Amino acid sequence: MDTSRSYLEPSSFSKKMAAAIIIVYAVITLIPISWMVMTSFKNVDSAISYPPEVLFEPSLEGYVNLFTNRSRQSQEYLDSLPAPENWYEELVRSREMVITGPSKFLGRYSNSMIIGFGSTFASVFLGALAAYAFSRFRVPLKDDLLFFILSTRMFPPIAVAVPIFIMYRKLGLGDTHLGMIILYTVVNLSLAVWLLKGFMDEIPKEYEEAAMIDGYSRLQAFFKVVLPQAMTGIAATAIFCMIFSWNEYAFAVLLTQFNAQTAPPFIPTIIGEGGLDWPAIGAGTTLFLLPVMIFTIILRKHLLRGITFGAVRK
Amino acid sequence: MSQIKIVNLQKSFGDFTAVKNSNLTINDKEFFVLLGPSGCGKTTTLRMIAGLELPTSGEIYLGDEEVGMLRASERDIAFVFQLFALYPHMNVRNNLSFPLKMQGYKKSDIKSRVEEAAKLLRIDHILNSNISSLSGGDRQRVALGRALVRRPKAFLMDEPLGTLDAEFRELMCLELKKLHLDIGATTVYVTHDQLEAMSLADRIAVMDGGEILQADEPNIIYNKPKTKFVASFIGSPGMNFFEVDEGISKDQSFVNIEGTKFNIPKQLEESKGSKNFFGIRPENLTLSNNEGLKGSVFGVEYLGSRKIITIKTSLGEIKVKTDISVNAKLNENVQVKPLNNNIIIFDGETDKSLNSEFIN
Repeated sequence: MDTSRSYLEPSSFSKKMAAAIIIVYAVITLIPISWMVMTSFKNVDSAISYPPEVLFEPSLEGYVNLFTNRSRQSQEYLDSLPAPENWYEELVRSREMVITGPSKFLGRYSNSMIIGFGSTFASVFLGALAAYAFSRFRVPLKDDLLFFILSTRMFPPIAVAVPIFIMYRKLGLGDTHLGMIILYTVVNLSLAVWLLKGFMDEIPKEYEEAAMIDGYSRLQAFFKVVLPQAMTGIAATAIFCMIFSWNEYAFAVLLTQFNAQTAPPFIPTIIGEGGLDWPAIGAGTTLFLLPVMIFTIILRKHLLRGITFGAVRK
Repeated sequence: MSQIKIVNLQKSFGDFTAVKNSNLTINDKEFFVLLGPSGCGKTTTLRMIAGLELPTSGEIYLGDEEVGMLRASERDIAFVFQLFALYPHMNVRNNLSFPLKMQGYKKSDIKSRVEEAAKLLRIDHILNSNISSLSGGDRQRVALGRALVRRPKAFLMDEPLGTLDAEFRELMCLELKKLHLDIGATTVYVTHDQLEAMSLADRIAVMDGGEILQADEPNIIYNKPKTKFVASFIGSPGMNFFEVDEGISKDQSFVNIEGTKFNIPKQLEESKGSKNFFGIRPENLTLSNNEGLKGSVFGVEYLGSRKIITIKTSLGEIKVKTDISVNAKLNENVQVKPLNNNIIIFDGETDKSLNSEFIN
């Protein structure tokens, strides 16, 4: 009998089984996503061919269509034009079209970035301050206030769409970046306060007391000692907030049209322009997926617990 | 370095009074221990001196300055926490330089001060280690180092050895004592461990129920306790008490208990009531075959060099600390007699000791 390993440790067989199950599950969930990414690299014909093509000749047509506005022209007109200057013009002309200008995608995409990261930062920052106060100070009516904060999430946010629409019009916040950042921050704050309070409660108060004895003010101690230790919670909260404000569709449709329109209400409009342009839709959704993915990967190392272990003996 | 003085200090949390009207003077360069059971207000007193709690009323002087309402950061004191509270996201060097950075020292000054403190505490070889990789003793040294680098007016320590293993605790106790002799800083040290208090302190204040019962040198606390609580809390095991159903008059020099005559030091004051207590330390009692209180052996604890024998008598249990050569079998009938007249009478009404030739 193998006595070198503990009974508590899983056997290598069950480890392999667990890995196999995870791989199968990952493949199943990844199929639609990889199909989407594949579609984005197909041309319009192979995207809708039947039977579906798994092996295909890659094309950037979807991405070109996503970033440009085009118009269909007669062959005579196309022949009369000078030779195409670059590869994407050539690609468009082979479809009997000319590029009439850049599409709105880049603008909408950067709106999403500004609003998404802006509201995530605001939610986490304000949430951390509030959570710290709830965790450390004797706040009058603390439990009631915390319940009130939670109760703002007890109805679907869209239930208050009409009053918010009217308020935003009166305040001039409709279709502005600031308006959307405020809105998403308000929706995310209750989650941020509750999540972060849990993490703050776990940080012994001796740390900031030590820093205050060492000559720092409470606010300095908060930034230099408490926040670094709450990184796990901050990373988790930031990811949740980012996912919500990045994906939010209903308010974006309602409150933004031009200036501050985000990517989610824009991507479906691609479908309308000259038939179903599946590669462009694939390209749009693929690019839409990337920032949250990259954001999560960057913050992943902070999600790993353990950096605070062992510094305080419990 | 400076003197710490607290005047009429009081702290209430809602209806609960944690520290009652306390007065205390801690001399410059003194190693002062606040000793008491948990919940006696010793940590609250320390935290008020540190500025981590604000007093409900009263004053705290650090040197000549009244600091009662100042922030902790404005008091120039150092605090060593029971759980060390080393910053886990910084390495040892950064932990030590953290307080100096705030005070705006030059980088080279910080470096030399940190290294000086590290050398003193013998942690210079682990300056670049992570906190999480350190042993309990090293963490303790780093925590002391962080207090040391600032050269503060006073050191405050809240049970800093409480979480260490017994072996380490003894070692660190010695090191703390040596460190205090080396740097001679005013130190206030909180503990519930009377042995730690006895071995470290220049003076000890025994607290209970938010009150300072007695503040004196260790030998006076031990031999001349002012109250029954002090007498029972100090010593291992604590003092034996018997009820005496008679008033004690001035100049009285013996009491009769259950027909046994006990010589006591000549009393210099009389008791208020007719019910008093008679206290004697276990090492001042011995077993006898023919005189003293009758009882039977209830338990024998072997301590290596000494033996603690518990005897059940009609007055209750009595603990006797005797020489190892004394034989006592369980349930054996024995008699207990005093070795000397080191006996203290406590007034039944006030729990305070009566003045005698032994205590005055």
